Amino acid sequence: MAALGALALTACSDESGAATGEQFPELGSPAPHELIAAWDTDVRYDGAGLPPGEGTRDQGALVYAEHCVACHGETLRGVEGVQGGPLIGAGQTVTQHWPYAPTFFDYVRRAMPFNAPGSLSDDEIYGLAAYIFAEGGIYPADRPMNAATLTAMEMPNRDNFVPDPRPDVK
Amino acid sequence: MKDEKPEVLDVIGTAEDCDCKEGMFPDPGRRALLLGGAALAGTGLFAGRAGAEATQGASQHAVLDDPTSQPGPASGGGYGLRSQFETVSRWEFPLPQPGVSGSFTPLAGTHGTITPSGLHYEVHRGGVPTIDPARHKLLIHGKVKRAKVFTMADLYRFPSVTRTAFLECAGNGGMEYARPSMPHVQGTHGLTSNSEWTGVALSTLLREVGLEDGANWLLGEGSDAGMHTRSIPIDKAMDDAILAYAQNGEAIRPEQGYPLRLLLPGFEGNMSIKWLRRLDVTDKPSFTRPEVTTYADTLADGTTRYFTWEMEAKSVITFPSGTMKLPIPGTYEVTGLAWSGRGKITGVEVSADGGKTWARANLVAPVLSMAHTRFTFGWRWDGKPAILQSRATDETGYVQPTITALVDVRGVNSKDHNNGIQSWAIDAEGNVTNVHA
Repeated sequence: MAALGALALTACSDESGAATGEQFPELGSPAPHELIAAWDTDVRYDGAGLPPGEGTRDQGALVYAEHCVACHGETLRGVEGVQGGPLIGAGQTVTQHWPYAPTFFDYVRRAMPFNAPGSLSDDEIYGLAAYIFAEGGIYPADRPMNAATLTAMEMPNRDNFVPDPRPDVK
Repeated sequence: MKDEKPEVLDVIGTAEDCDCKEGMFPDPGRRALLLGGAALAGTGLFAGRAGAEATQGASQHAVLDDPTSQPGPASGGGYGLRSQFETVSRWEFPLPQPGVSGSFTPLAGTHGTITPSGLHYEVHRGGVPTIDPARHKLLIHGKVKRAKVFTMADLYRFPSVTRTAFLECAGNGGMEYARPSMPHVQGTHGLTSNSEWTGVALSTLLREVGLEDGANWLLGEGSDAGMHTRSIPIDKAMDDAILAYAQNGEAIRPEQGYPLRLLLPGFEGNMSIKWLRRLDVTDKPSFTRPEVTTYADTLADGTTRYFTWEMEAKSVITFPSGTMKLPIPGTYEVTGLAWSGRGKITGVEVSADGGKTWARANLVAPVLSMAHTRFTFGWRWDGKPAILQSRATDETGYVQPTITALVDVRGVNSKDHNNGIQSWAIDAEGNVTNVHA
């Protein structure tokens, strides 16, 4: 049996010694479409993956008051002693620092609210984006938010992002 | 010294003056052992830090005056424990939000190069999930020829690889840019650890599913609350990335990503996604929130660097180091750790005069690529004030810079990727403190 095992492994390796796909046909299962649909919920910087739906500033304000205010504060500038931190104003805030607006949808959908991530509807998240970006002064208060408007946003800090230049110190 | 201790010192718990090499273990619990061993034996209680906290990872037994006079207790069962006298432990950063925390490796209390799994640093932002390996799945999809789901049983059947690698949090030393902040090496450098990792080469699985044209990136995703995500360049994925299920010979610990984590040797720690459940093969990076905020350094000029992946060459002296005390002038073995995310360490130099003069330290074999390397240096302390430093060079020729040189380029807004030279001041009494020099 040991000899057979060694033979099989030899046949399973390419010249580099690494295993190649075709020689392990029985390992892993074809991914069901339902699983991919359920898990493939990320949204890319360019808006790829944004779902249908829409929300207004006023709708977002209600969602904020219910789910966000405890950690991010009445003025969206954080709460003393709580890690939620500011959403607008100075620092690495979503409205003044983040280079791409769709990232907001991605992060809120996967990670917020902190104690119940994944519990907000797509419309609620669009509403939150309308509210927070309006409060941050980078989006009109009377304009609903959806996939197209979120993708089209030009974030004020985008041009300040540079790829890693290290080693930067000799 | 104690009058001038930084505020954070109170949080950690102050070490009493310690004898050398008792100073290797600046831990009140161990000190208490020296002073009160008899009391331990009588009561079964342990006089640990902040009152009578039991020693973690140990069981308490009576200590006989003569251990040869009667048989001791049984061995402690199917999973071995450490001695009740060993109290070296991680220090958990006191953040206010449950589920968002990190703990620091006691570098001065570990030996050799391997970090015990229970002392490996860890950071989590949505708690530590409890995952049944029998139900865990890894989905690989996107720009692949055959999207597949792998169970842990599937992964165990692939050819395995084993390698030693350090993991370092990008924020290690982040509080030290502007000023000396943390009192000892656990605080200044404890967000790096070194383990032997075993798993499946990611390249093996990517060949299994077959990459399509334009497969330039992977989005890796964890199954923790918040589903941590990072964009991984395909070159790294095909080069030396591992899907790790074991650490130091046993299944990886829950806080390290049980049952499956990504391991990207040399890259900032958070990219080695824990509790890994999904790899989405894509043509472009995603620019997830951690990639544009937490791990993106904003410089003094307002620019922000993204995709700062490799942890640059770094070293630190762990003995003697902050809060320790050299009892008398004489000869000591200075020791510490060096590592580089770009390959092997080729040299470490030590200075006792704040960087004016340098001498080559001994590198303890084995010297492995992208792994902690132990160095030693015989030094005679003449009893006068001194400033000890170490400086690492890696196989690319890169030399570890001073913190001043880093700040000159980056400013002090940046909280991450501080690989500057650490300075430990020794005063005429032998007290060791964290300074900038």
